[in-house]
Amino acid sequence: MTDLFIEVREGDIDPSFEIAEMRDDKIGAISSFFGTVRDITGDLKALHLEHYEGMTEKQIEAIAMKAMAKWDLQAVRVIHRIGRLAPQDMIVMVAASSAHREASLQAVHYIMDYLKTDAPFWKAEETENGLSWVEARAADDKAKDKWRS
Amino acid sequence: MVIRYFAWLRDHTNCAHETISCPAHVTNVHELISHLASQSGGHQAAFADTLAGVGVIRVAINQEFASFDDGITDQDEVAFFPPVTGG
Repeated sequence: MTDLFIEVREGDIDPSFEIAEMRDDKIGAISSFFGTVRDITGDLKALHLEHYEGMTEKQIEAIAMKAMAKWDLQAVRVIHRIGRLAPQDMIVMVAASSAHREASLQAVHYIMDYLKTDAPFWKAEETENGLSWVEARAADDKAKDKWRS
Repeated sequence: MVIRYFAWLRDHTNCAHETISCPAHVTNVHELISHLASQSGGHQAAFADTLAGVGVIRVAINQEFASFDDGITDQDEVAFFPPVTGG
């Protein structure tokens, strides 16, 4: 039985706390990914993230379950933030634990690739000119291809 | 039937969700879009690209990704939104 924790919330993500929650005698590996707000153009004030409550949690759970079927994982932990996030703020954390590193490293990569295209979140960029919706990237769709084998 | 709109579709419709009674001639998502587009200028704007066959919006029925050919009933929750951009 994999221990699965999924949360969508406004509150910040504390890496030390989240990793501590995953410590366990039976595992030798905890892998994690943290997505943060970047300001490529230099004029980003914030990102505004919204989601489809209910569907989001179901989609992330379905992705996590697929990862748990593919790899032997002790725990999976996914936290995604919503609301107004400033540059450098944490947006998302995906973490997984396993007996050996390969399973948890791969699982984190897999979950992130699918979360990008299958979890109903939308970002709007806030600049001096107001809000504009971010377009989906074709590269994100392509990233999933590597898991089709 | 509950209809939900997200991101720029909601900006156009000016409502996040609405409850409608599904007309008898509306049996799938395609037909629902045509019906909704006729409801207001905002709705028309939200679905203009889709009706013109350009751009891509996604649909979910009862919180599962669906296709425009999928059937719908008055008990369904149907959501329209742009391709997702989380993470």
